[in-house]
Amino acid sequence: MSAPHAHTRDHAGGHDGAPPPDGGHGHGSRRGYVMGFLLSAVLTAIPFWLVMSGAIASVQATAIIVVALAFVQIIVHTYFFLHLNPKAEGGWTMLAFIFTVIIIAIVIAGSLWIMFHLNSNMMPMDGMGM
Amino acid sequence: MTTLSPTAEDGAPPVFYQTEADEHDHSAGGTTLGFWIYLMSDALIFATLFATYGVLSTSYAGGPAPSQIFDLKLVALNTAMLLISSITCGMAMIAMEQGQVRSTQLWLAITGLFGAAFIGIELYEFTELIHEGATPMRSGFLSGFFTLVGTHGLHVFSGLIWICVMLVQLGQRGLVMENRRRLMCLSMFWHLLDVVWIGVFTFVYLLGVLR
Repeated sequence: MSAPHAHTRDHAGGHDGAPPPDGGHGHGSRRGYVMGFLLSAVLTAIPFWLVMSGAIASVQATAIIVVALAFVQIIVHTYFFLHLNPKAEGGWTMLAFIFTVIIIAIVIAGSLWIMFHLNSNMMPMDGMGM
Repeated sequence: MTTLSPTAEDGAPPVFYQTEADEHDHSAGGTTLGFWIYLMSDALIFATLFATYGVLSTSYAGGPAPSQIFDLKLVALNTAMLLISSITCGMAMIAMEQGQVRSTQLWLAITGLFGAAFIGIELYEFTELIHEGATPMRSGFLSGFFTLVGTHGLHVFSGLIWICVMLVQLGQRGLVMENRRRLMCLSMFWHLLDVVWIGVFTFVYLLGVLR
């Protein structure tokens, strides 16, 4: 509660606070967007090419690579486009994001796990993808 | 911080600082964080739909399998539309930062066009599927597919409505603080939809065709 003394930008978490008209901080720069776009284009093109051309004979290996690239691309998007970083909003967006990721992992992995066991316990003959 | 406190020392004319205007860049009075939490809850909705699809994805009930009905070229085109709309949306945000109303409107309109192209291609894909008899009623796999992809499409469609509203509001009031805040939220919403689409094209389309 010190009297604001020309140091108006020193509040709100400590970093920057440039005046509205040209405060480019926190919303990404042109270079950031272009970089994110190029990375995502590559990370999208590779999995599509792998699946459409069947370049790798092993289906399982292809699947693993495709999924891994998807996770990388999700990180690229959240960093370059959503501008998620540990400093934004005093770390609360990051915390909410991590919490959500954990819940998503539990919901998806848990559902698949439980239903897979339910299927193998309950339906021995039909319905198992023939 | 005190909202309005004059600095009357040294006999200098009092200077006023408005916290809201100052913080707009970061928290917009908490709007950014609040909207972020909404986006996270939206991500949870998609997580449940992904889980549902994952559970149902092999229940063909004698109907078509993913590799028989998915056209990856169409999906690749669709993905490109959404990806390009993401960077044009980013350009709109940069134009907003620089205070250029016209340029912001232009980039936003381009974003909307690519979004509309995405919706158009998706609707075309859906009608093709339904004509082939691959309706949501056909099998558990198709129910899960249409629910997940359809919900994403609905989100993109609401994003399009939002873009139209923002174009009008920008035309009426320009880049006032309220509009900047709204545009911030809109861009976060739009980018999140792109993140969800990464999951859709990977887990539904690519892995579906691989299976």
